Amino acid sequence: MLTPQETAEIEHELSQYERKRAACIDALKIVQRHRGWVSDEALHDIAELLEMPVDELDAVATFYNLIYRRPVGRHVVHLCDSVSCWLAGSDALAERIRERFGVRVGETDSEGRFTVLPIPCLGCCDRAPAMLVDGNLHVDLDPERLDETLERYG
Amino acid sequence: MERPLTANIRPGEPPLDIEGYERSGGYRAVRRALSELSPDDVLELVIDSGLRGRGGAGFPTGQKWRFMPRGDDAPRPRYLIANADEMEPGTFKDRLLLEGDPHQLIEGMILSAYAIGANVAYVFLRDEYRLAAETLRRAIAEATDRGFLGEHILGSEISLSLHLHTSAGRYICGEETALISALEGRRAIPRTKPPFPQLVGLWGKPTVVNNVETLCNVPHIVNNGAEWFRSLGLTSDSGTKLYGASGKVKRPGLWELPMGTPIRELLEEHAGGMRDGYRFRALLPGGASTDFLVEEHLDTPMDFESIQKVGSRLGTGTMIVLDDKTCPVAMLHNLEHFFAQESCGWCTPCRDGLPYVEHLLAAIDAGDGRPRDLALLEMHTRHLGPGRTFCAHAPGAMEPLQSGLRYFRDDFERHIAERRCPYR
Repeated sequence: MLTPQETAEIEHELSQYERKRAACIDALKIVQRHRGWVSDEALHDIAELLEMPVDELDAVATFYNLIYRRPVGRHVVHLCDSVSCWLAGSDALAERIRERFGVRVGETDSEGRFTVLPIPCLGCCDRAPAMLVDGNLHVDLDPERLDETLERYG
Repeated sequence: MERPLTANIRPGEPPLDIEGYERSGGYRAVRRALSELSPDDVLELVIDSGLRGRGGAGFPTGQKWRFMPRGDDAPRPRYLIANADEMEPGTFKDRLLLEGDPHQLIEGMILSAYAIGANVAYVFLRDEYRLAAETLRRAIAEATDRGFLGEHILGSEISLSLHLHTSAGRYICGEETALISALEGRRAIPRTKPPFPQLVGLWGKPTVVNNVETLCNVPHIVNNGAEWFRSLGLTSDSGTKLYGASGKVKRPGLWELPMGTPIRELLEEHAGGMRDGYRFRALLPGGASTDFLVEEHLDTPMDFESIQKVGSRLGTGTMIVLDDKTCPVAMLHNLEHFFAQESCGWCTPCRDGLPYVEHLLAAIDAGDGRPRDLALLEMHTRHLGPGRTFCAHAPGAMEPLQSGLRYFRDDFERHIAERRCPYR
């Protein structure tokens, strides 16, 4: 069941669009903001509210880099792996995360603290390499700054 | 030198609020257009200005607008969409405009909507641009309070409701028909053209999709005229351009400069040349989906026609620089990994071809390449090229590959002959 809060937030988004289903990305993000990820059950509930087929909603949900259809850790790290960050040493950052937290890109560490996922170009190529942690942007990274930054996310 | 697009932008400082924007001459173009100019006058101004789309394709903006059905019996509602899904690798120019001067975009959208008769508009923004989203939300609220948005703008008969849509991260949403699918709440797959969005767009209604930088030029054209805009460019191409550079240059960054500024000036003067210990090897002039250019091209003006003449595309105008210590095969592997991952999967050449290209490049990069792999890669540059796929995604992916195979032939051959990467 969607909570009254979730339902209210989704219904608020409906006013921007001609048709209900157009709010589905907003709805997926609202539920994810409250629960961390989008479960099958949540998917069914959103589809019902927006009067759209569940499989069509899943086709949308699974299409996007920032909708999680599996549980994630307490913090989600999106490491830019596009060309400007790669030129600036993003591979070394991925390696550092593996050494420090025992988690490879695409995985969650055993304590459930970090999920590390790749993300295409974050649009800060002049301050590469860059990453998002829980949506917050961090730029001009090197392995030491990466450590300092991630330590702040307990 | 005039820098209309970035005149209000102070790096590290918050953008102007609506009062500051109006004090610096903002919304003057909207006041003038609504009282003195007809929609056709604005359209003609933009056609005469020679403004071309800044999102990558360079299509003349006024021509795009002119395909909108006109007259009282034209279908309604009509839509304007600002494409703020900036996700082309190496591109970071729209972020500056969105975070630095949100009212400039809103004013450009009001004028553009007026010209094409749109009464509903969306900003389609990538979700990763959180600061841009906050900035725009605040600016839209301010503009609504002051009567620049909503019903009866400044007491006129013109209305425009402007909505911010934040996406959820997928490169193909920058393709205008995929963007429309996404905005309707469908899987973001491109649509067949024709019919073009101007006739059958969002929810089947007439729609124009323009890039952020394109729209930001419109207030200045209305204020200063088409002749002024044409005179800004150094070549036959009009206006200024937000250029950028990333890679191992001394000062990566963005600069608003006259359209047609030579590559060498961007690279050496503005980006400060290569960092100590690195030499220039090649560059992608306008994002990941443009062909490599090399030393002999450095005196080419960075405009649509000149860059096309030397075998590449201006694209987004933000260049990615390859140095002599970075393996070009590994760089191509990185680029094609991106394209393979971001393929929407709709048409077979793109869905199956790009992962195969990535696989071949990974093998060569790792020292496991075979001599015939180069012919296979070349075959793919033709089979995934223009006319073979549903949209421009795979042909764009083939641009750096086809030029890379030409300019870095020796590197490819050494990887295969020595069974290792000579850069490691």
